[in-house]
Amino acid sequence: MTVLEQDCPRRVDAKASFAMRSGEHGLGWLAVSPAMLLLVGLLFGPVAAVVLFSLTDWQLGSFSFHFIGTANFSTLFTDPTFWKALSNTLIYAAIVVPGTVLLGLVVALLIEASPGLRGFYRAAHFLPVMSTMSAMAIVWGSMLHPTIGLVNRALVTMGMSGVNWLRDERTALLALAVIGIWQGFGFAMVLFVSGLKAVPQQLYDAAAVDGADGILDRLRFVTLPMLGPVTMFVVILTAKRSFEVFDSVRVLTQGGPNYASEVLLHRLYTESFDFLHMGYGAALTVVYLAIIVLLTLTQARLLEQRVHYS
Amino acid sequence: MAEIELRHIEKSYGDTAVVKGVSLNIRDGEFLTLVGPSGCGKSTLLRIIAGLETQDGGEVVVGGRCVNDKRPKERDVAMVFQSYALYPHLSVFDNVALPLRTRRLSFAQRLPFVGRALPGRGEIEKTIRAEVEQAASMLDIAHLLQRKPGQLSGGQRQRVALGRAMVRQPAVFLMDEPLSNLDAKLRVQMRAEIIALHRRLGVTFVYVTHDQAEAMTMSDRVAVMMGGELLQVSRPERLYRDPEDLRVAEMIGSPKINVVSCAHWISLGASLPPGVHGDAAYLAFRPEAVGVIAPGDGRLNGVVASVENLGSDIFLNVALGDGRGTVVVRTHPDVSRSEPGRPVGLQIDPACLLQFDSAGMRLRHAEQIEAAA
Repeated sequence: MTVLEQDCPRRVDAKASFAMRSGEHGLGWLAVSPAMLLLVGLLFGPVAAVVLFSLTDWQLGSFSFHFIGTANFSTLFTDPTFWKALSNTLIYAAIVVPGTVLLGLVVALLIEASPGLRGFYRAAHFLPVMSTMSAMAIVWGSMLHPTIGLVNRALVTMGMSGVNWLRDERTALLALAVIGIWQGFGFAMVLFVSGLKAVPQQLYDAAAVDGADGILDRLRFVTLPMLGPVTMFVVILTAKRSFEVFDSVRVLTQGGPNYASEVLLHRLYTESFDFLHMGYGAALTVVYLAIIVLLTLTQARLLEQRVHYS
Repeated sequence: MAEIELRHIEKSYGDTAVVKGVSLNIRDGEFLTLVGPSGCGKSTLLRIIAGLETQDGGEVVVGGRCVNDKRPKERDVAMVFQSYALYPHLSVFDNVALPLRTRRLSFAQRLPFVGRALPGRGEIEKTIRAEVEQAASMLDIAHLLQRKPGQLSGGQRQRVALGRAMVRQPAVFLMDEPLSNLDAKLRVQMRAEIIALHRRLGVTFVYVTHDQAEAMTMSDRVAVMMGGELLQVSRPERLYRDPEDLRVAEMIGSPKINVVSCAHWISLGASLPPGVHGDAAYLAFRPEAVGVIAPGDGRLNGVVASVENLGSDIFLNVALGDGRGTVVVRTHPDVSRSEPGRPVGLQIDPACLLQFDSAGMRLRHAEQIEAAA
């Protein structure tokens, strides 16, 4: 009897705590439900719809469609234009990512090194980030105009012959890449400036006492390693943005001449909304999404190992 | 081997003078501690010796040569920082090897990948490896050489920082509050290790701390700084028994020295002890210089306010007669049976009474002047 009496309250406790726990459980789901709904409605739902469409021959405006299996994908992978767009996107990213990171870093270092006018320089370099790309693309279009553009005029003044930047197969993609760097490096700069502020002064002091007090040694032993996490963030962000390049292509070259500046997102848009091939466009989107996910995962995995020290 | 001479060092930030004309000689092989409250300029002074900060006036002389316009790496000094300041991306080995590599390898030889192929690098690397390993075994971190600083405990990081400082055998060791990030137990242990390291290396140590216990236990001499000025530079025991300045007397020693102004003393109805100087404004005495006797006329009387029993000693807080101020008395556990509320009289050993004028400067009897000299 005594045992039972002693045992009783504990069992009640256990029951109560179970009830409380399941109650807490329900409350937990209730609490996350708004976020879950938004996530499903805005992210998972549309992705599922796109995957579904990619298996159909739906054309924008028509009221019926048929499931055609993976036919869209086989067309896609045998389409030379798709491969051209993919390789162009990769080349674009290969120029824009290092260009943005390097320029952003150099400008951040220069701004931090100079005592005066820091705020002004930061704001000036950040302006392109704030501006609308399609509007700025028009400005760039006039600058790169073959006869009256500022760039060619400058070249001619220096005794060189002008180039038809956006209408020449050899330069169209390069010109777009330069515009991409121009637009993005301000953002990288702001991130690097904040990263630089977090580098402890004692590390620079230690480097000075240890004899690593030259600019390059300081960069190598203190600044760059301490900027590792920021750099990783900037690289991933810039890579993602360069895969998203669209506005400047649409406004300035429409992917031409002869697909020399065709990129994935522009291809996707053209197929879906110019040619109204929604099914095919959806297939392109699926491939595009897969590339983005793969890219982010790989970068994070590769860089994570090298930039976090504790 | 180097002695350090500071001549009239001045430093200000904007309108705030941080170091006001400090002159100090630090002997070769000496362990000198700069102690003072935070913001007193002690760290700034250390950074000026290191060359991390440029003084506005005065000279820094290390080993007989003026190093005013020398960069930190040219001054033959090593420094240990409060936050250890290890390079987080380098292994312990590379951290300790860095000062040797920057000095012995050319810039090209230090380049990653390319440098390894350059002639001469292999030989130099071999000697560097030997020296790093020797320093590591001396500090008992040889088994940690391949780890990154992030994988080490605070005490281990501090040893690595010490290793990085000692590996190139500098003439002067500068330490800026190196123990203040450690827990109390480890701090006491590292204190002993730093003392042992000083004895073994035999070079000049300049140590900055705000902790008077560290200053008292570790140093050959202690320099007390306050408000950018040096108040006194003496051996620890002298600093305790024979302070030059009331502020020094109040800073050194725990519990704090008792200070009673002469006016207060008289207002309590007590007669001043014999031999008090005419200019004396404050009388100060250590807790162990006071004896508890029966209350009586003409002496300092009070009531025991509280009793702190530390086992080896008992400290009585005695509230003075008018309730303004308390005096701390150290008594032996066997002797004292005091409890709060008991009225007591205080008897002060006249030989241990310290007198200060109204500016806080020490006033001495004739025999004390002789003893000081």
